[in-house]
Parts: sequence; C-alpha cells; structure tokens
Amino acid sequence: MVLERTSIPLYWRDRGIKYRLLGGECKSCNRRFFPYRKVCPHCGSTDVNKVNLPRRGRVVSFTVVHNAPRGFEYYTPYVIALIELKDGTRLLSQLTDVEPDEVREGMEVEMVIRIHRTCGESWLIAYGYKFRPVLKK
Amino acid sequence: MKPDRDVGIVGWGAYVPRYRIRSEELARAWGRSWKRYAAGIMVEEKSLPGIDEDTFTIAYEAAYNALLRARIDPRRIGATYVGTESKPYAVKPTATLLVEALDIGERRTTGADFEFACKAGTEALQAAIGLVGSGMIDYGLVVGADTAQGAPGDALEYTAASGGAALVIGPGKDSVALIKASLSYVSDTPDFWRRQHERYPAHTRAFTGEPAYFHHIMSAARALMDQINTSPEDYDYAVFHQPNGKFPLRVGQKLGFSPEKIKPGLITSYIGNTYSGSALIGLSAVLDIAPPESKILVVSFGSGAGSDAFHIEVTDKIENVRELAPKVMDYIQRKRYVDYTVYARNRRMIHMMKDFSGY
Ligand SMILES: [Zn+2]
Repeated sequence: MVLERTSIPLYWRDRGIKYRLLGGECKSCNRRFFPYRKVCPHCGSTDVNKVNLPRRGRVVSFTVVHNAPRGFEYYTPYVIALIELKDGTRLLSQLTDVEPDEVREGMEVEMVIRIHRTCGESWLIAYGYKFRPVLKK
Repeated sequence: MKPDRDVGIVGWGAYVPRYRIRSEELARAWGRSWKRYAAGIMVEEKSLPGIDEDTFTIAYEAAYNALLRARIDPRRIGATYVGTESKPYAVKPTATLLVEALDIGERRTTGADFEFACKAGTEALQAAIGLVGSGMIDYGLVVGADTAQGAPGDALEYTAASGGAALVIGPGKDSVALIKASLSYVSDTPDFWRRQHERYPAHTRAFTGEPAYFHHIMSAARALMDQINTSPEDYDYAVFHQPNGKFPLRVGQKLGFSPEKIKPGLITSYIGNTYSGSALIGLSAVLDIAPPESKILVVSFGSGAGSDAFHIEVTDKIENVRELAPKVMDYIQRKRYVDYTVYARNRRMIHMMKDFSGY
C-alpha cells in the first residue's frame, strides 16, 4: 500500500490506539486484542470494553526493513517486531533506540511515543507507539 | 512570592535521548580547532535526538517518569504546561498532545506551551505554583524540554542539546519537596532571539555574559534570598541555568556558593545545554540524591531576558519515590556516539526528495 500522506480523520480517530495502546477486552470470550475495535476479532461479539494495554512486553520475532514504504524512507533501516505484552496481547510495532544488530528474541521492551512520519514540513506530524529496550528493572 | 497554601513537588522525572556527538567531531565537520572551544565551554559532548524524537516525545517520557514518582491518577491534574523554544508546530500546542497521551484530567485541564527561551519551563512552574497555591487546582504538570537549535558551524552548535524534565506540582502535604518561595526578574535584553520563520537563533556575544546571564541570575537569587532572609550558607545545593559548564560555577562563586553545592546539579558537562530542560534536569539530578531536609536554590535563566528563582526544601517522603523511575545518571550513562552525518540526519538537516519512493 502506498500512502501519500497521513489521513487526518483516521489519525484523529485512532489517537487513543496510537498514544495509549487502546485495546479491546471482550466480555463474551474474555480475550483481549489490539487495536481496539467495536467487534471482537476472536468471537465476533460486540460486548467489548476499552482498555489501555500494558506498556511492557517482549520481542517474539522481528525483521529489519531496508526498503521502506513511501513516507518512511527517512527512517531505514528500522526494525518491526512482533511483541507480546505482559497480559499476553500481541501486536506489531517498530522498535526504536536500538540498532538492528542489537535486537534479540525475548528482549524486554517498553512502549514510548515517537514520530511515525512527518510527510514534509506542512502536514500533520504522525506520532504513535514504538517499543524500545527497557531502561530500568 | 509565596502561595496561600503550601505547594510542592509531588513527582519529578527527566529524559535525555541516547545519542551523543563529541565537540571534537562537531569541530571536525567545520574545520575548526575544537580545543579552543572546549576549554571555554567545558562541554565535551552533547545529546541529540533520535531520528524519531522531538520536543513532544521528550516531554512525554519526562512527564511519564514524573507521574511514576507522583503516584497520582493523571485525571486529577488540572494544568498541563510545556515550556520550550523548539515546539514541533509553530502553531498547535504540544500540551494537548501530552494531555491525550497521558490521559490527563479527563481533558478538563488548562493546557499551553510557554516560550521564554531557556526559562520557559520554570516560567510554567511559576504559573502552576499559582494555580495549586490558590486552590484552583490540586495538581499541575510542568515540563521543560527542547531539541535545542544551534546553527551549523556556529559556536552554539557545541552546546545546543536535547532533553527535558517534568514536575508534578501539588499540595504541600503530598510533596517530596516543598517550594517555599519563588521570585522572577525580567528585563528587555537583546542577547539571543529567533525570528518567526528562521531555523536557527541569532545571538550577540557582547550581551550573552554579564548583562544577560549573570545580571538576571544574580538579581533574582539575591532578591529571593533577601525576601525570605536566607544566605548561601543555608543551602545544601544550588542549581543555575547551564548554557555551558563554566557559567554556573562562576555565577555561584559570585553569589557565594561553593562548587561542591553546584556540581551535583551541573549536568551540561555531560549532555550539553538542553535549553528549557537545563535548570529542571539539574534540579531532577539533585532530587535523585538529596536527603530529606536538604535546601535547594534553583535559578533559571532565559534570554530576552529573565530568571526564576525557587527556594525548595526536601521532605522525608522523597525516599519512597526516588527509585520509581530512571534517574538522570541512568540517562547520562546510556549513550551511543554518532558522527556529524548521523547528527545531520537525526536533526533533520537533510531534506529528502518529496516523491522518493525507495526502489
Ligand atoms: Zn470475544
């Protein structure tokens, strides 16, 4: 998919997801998921609560992106990781503050907010979650 | 100035990006002899932002650390202020990003960015003290953060650094350190400025030292100590704005503070001048180590110009929260050196082709 610029309505609608890891907690099947949606992806129930997911987790698997999609060229090479949060919820995220050759499976990481993309100097700056190696404890 | 009810610091937190560039490397890029500069400024390396960092992301990390120590529900915060001279947007507040990201006040909070060169953060602190002290709000969040600009090749490039610190201000009874009194001193001084559409600030060598930094810090410090009847001997620590490693020691000496009282909060020697973050990171480093009942004098300086002075007394509650977040020294020790090329890229001095789409 080629994204010319950040979609402002989409970014605005998803800011809880981008800034606070807003996920869903299904009251029918008791499972959590990310990002938050009105319908549970596990069982299809609409009985879903909003929940800010834990900020810590570990790297399950990762890959290094050298050829980035449009809008992300400035940031290569960067790491995309499958992360399992403390509560077991899994999500994909960029890693930051780490070099590709320093990343290991099982590495403990924590959520921070970073610039995702800027789209030149006039458009909205897209911020959102990334994960980095834990600083403390 | 004294508020009606006791006000203090409930939590503090700092943040410094992991990247450093040595002043020797900065000098190399422009073919200069770095020893001439290094001797004068006592800054051998400085911090710079990661490629995906700016003043908001720095403010977020510092504020998050301050909230870890404050142990309060962010929904009880009624004022959210960011002091900076490197706003991500010329028009669009950084404070509202912080409110959204930290779930502050269920959005029922005043929120604004303050600008006063390097003292924007302490200016915001004065405002928060007023709001908490008058009883209008219970808690306020104050951040001083910058990704400081220094023009390529300019003397300021050797010190202009990135980082920030945050304080949660609240009622005295909950505080780890009481802010017993404060005082501000400002005047119209043409030492440093940046016009609306300029990328880099301009500065005047003749005004930087005596008429700006020294005059304002000494005037504010002396007036505050006069007002509350204290003298340099009463303080265990003194934190002054730190544009370089030399000025804070010299202004301390002129006022009567020994270097031993200044060095614990003198962080610029390790990371450079974080502008609005400078005095507040210095205070954070002192709070990281100060025993209960310590007395701290903090005096910021912002070009243009002015100083805010604070008399702070540490309470015994501080021991309970100190370990709840990373300390300034943890950030200072976490570092990765980069060369001028990476520096230029991270600082977004390199402009990409608009439609570049990879391969
Ligand atoms: Zn379900």
